[in-house]
Amino acid sequence: MTTATTPREAIGTSHTLTTGHLPRWSPFVLLGLSWLVFIGVFLLTAASSKSEFNLVGALFLGTVFFDIVIFVVSYLVEGVRQAKNRLVTSLVSTAFIIALLPLISLVYTVTLKGADRALDLSFFTNSMRNVTGAGGGALHAIIGTLEITAMATVISVPVGLLAAIYLVEYGRGALARSITFFVDVMTGIPSIVAGLFAFAMFALLFSDPGIRFGFGGSIALSVLMIPVVVRSSEEMLKLVPNELREASYALGVPKWLTIVKIVIPTSIAGITTGITLAIARVIGETAPLLLIAGFTASVNYDLFSERMMSLPVFVYTQYAYPGTDAQAYLDRAWAGALVLIAIVMVLNLVARLIAKIFSPKLGR
Amino acid sequence: MLAARQTGFGAVIGSNRTRPQRFSNRRITEKPSMTKTVARVSARQRPADRIFSGTTMGAGILILVALAAVAIFLVAESLPAFLANPKELKGSPSSFWEYVGPLVFGTIWAAALALAMAMPVAIGIALFISHYAPRRIAQVLGYIIDLLAAVPSVVFGLWGIGVLAPFIRPFYDGLVQNFGWFPLFTGPVSGTGKTILTVAIVLAVMILPIITAVSREVFLQTPRLHEEAALALGATRWEMIQIAVLPFGRPGVISAAMLGLGRALGETMVVAMVLSPAVVYSFVLTGSANPLTIAGNIALNFPEASGVAVNALIATGLILFVITLVINSVARYVINRRKAFSGAN
Repeated sequence: MTTATTPREAIGTSHTLTTGHLPRWSPFVLLGLSWLVFIGVFLLTAASSKSEFNLVGALFLGTVFFDIVIFVVSYLVEGVRQAKNRLVTSLVSTAFIIALLPLISLVYTVTLKGADRALDLSFFTNSMRNVTGAGGGALHAIIGTLEITAMATVISVPVGLLAAIYLVEYGRGALARSITFFVDVMTGIPSIVAGLFAFAMFALLFSDPGIRFGFGGSIALSVLMIPVVVRSSEEMLKLVPNELREASYALGVPKWLTIVKIVIPTSIAGITTGITLAIARVIGETAPLLLIAGFTASVNYDLFSERMMSLPVFVYTQYAYPGTDAQAYLDRAWAGALVLIAIVMVLNLVARLIAKIFSPKLGR
Repeated sequence: MLAARQTGFGAVIGSNRTRPQRFSNRRITEKPSMTKTVARVSARQRPADRIFSGTTMGAGILILVALAAVAIFLVAESLPAFLANPKELKGSPSSFWEYVGPLVFGTIWAAALALAMAMPVAIGIALFISHYAPRRIAQVLGYIIDLLAAVPSVVFGLWGIGVLAPFIRPFYDGLVQNFGWFPLFTGPVSGTGKTILTVAIVLAVMILPIITAVSREVFLQTPRLHEEAALALGATRWEMIQIAVLPFGRPGVISAAMLGLGRALGETMVVAMVLSPAVVYSFVLTGSANPLTIAGNIALNFPEASGVAVNALIATGLILFVITLVINSVARYVINRRKAFSGAN
């Protein structure tokens, strides 16, 4: 017995690097334990008061409890400096988890409440014309969203891309600096101000104080989209190695042809990614379309006359102006939200895939 | 040398001596006696070159024109509201400013609350991604936070009213019962949870991504040697962050906060959908009479407004535009003084 323990003790005392340290696995085990404790407590209270079990709350309080436990344990074993370090580490991780909770809750709720109508084909084949109760669909809104966003893209991409080319390839001096600055400032324009601008402009131009039409929505979205396109394209154009440009110039290729044939094809994957993300950003804009495109219950294919529904505005109006059968309207709102989120997520995914698959392989 | 730098690498082409020099406006300062030193020669400008560079410059100028147009048209359409008899405005106030006052107060109060909640969390996430998470999963974590920015605001509004407000209402009851003596939680409590605090929480979630993105960029730019020096002196990771990362990143974090504030000020749908509004100056967080924001007021009243009421709403929009423009300009100025990064992508 004694002969067996002496060498082990000798090893323990001679290991000065690991003495007074918590083992590597201790934070994870403690986190798991505190989660289990709070899930248990919540289950018990839920069972005793017959209320619904709240997993999000249990995980949140469990994480906070873990922050306190790890500080105390580490303070006792490792001293105050390590304890502070561990406290901050766990707090920082907690911050990340806190940010995830709304995202998880949102996606979960929207899927749960929206799936019913969004999986129903009639949601995509019917408009809201003459619908006052259940039934109906978002066909008119989807058509409107596609047309308005497509038009906004057609306006924004040439302007944004050309401006980015100017900034990277030509722009020097005060003009380029002011464009860069104001593009950055423009990214912060509230979307509702963009809508008001489009309204104010067309109301003055056509002297119609109650003007509503889809193209105005496209203009409003362009104001929001152009700065995003400029910024992302600019970043991508800057990544093109100068050696490629120099090689082209050395062969006697003019500058504009170098840009069109060398610089843009090299960065096209990144530019497409940026444009896709920009589309994803504006396709969910509600406020400007509410103001200038208005809302309607019927399908309207014409961007240049009459009100035009869009998917975000559809969600808002279904929620804000429910008819006699409020639940049907609410269901449609959630279904619209689910379709909207699905579109945005797919666009984001496509953007990342484009960036990953088509980006040029620089020999590094 | 100046000319060569201005045209970049194109300068080499211009020195081709076999090509006939047809264009009188070529910037050639090369003298026949100086044929050995090939310098101060600019690229040959073909017509297509000039058309192309002109077009790109036109696009750049168009952006400036668009921004100017936003200001001009907003001013033009809001003038009638300033000149009109204020009695015609909603709630018949004695002056236009009495109409705008509570809205401006509500806008700033809600945005400030959102910022106060979002800042610590955003800095935590930014540090987590830049200095704590393993390098391999850090990028994925960044994408996940960016997904929050991708969720449309109207969906956040629906979530706020359908999930968050009912979830948080019991907490408000508790707050008002136990801390009712504190001015922010003066009773009576809201029966629906549609208070300015609920709105501010949703706003905080919405502005998290932009603050995180910008702060993360700044933290990643901390000089590697500073960090290693701190660690070599025996600092723990937190002490290293205190010594090296935070002081370096402070201006960037401040401007990130201002960008987030700009976003929160202009956020519309969440306010329009979640808040139960009133025309008041009130700091109470949990009551049922909450000050409305400018953007929320426009979204709620614009569809039915007509006549001078439309002009009044556009005038409040102009005020919002000026506020966000100033805040964003200052933030961008501070960021640009440091290094080139932006939260736009």
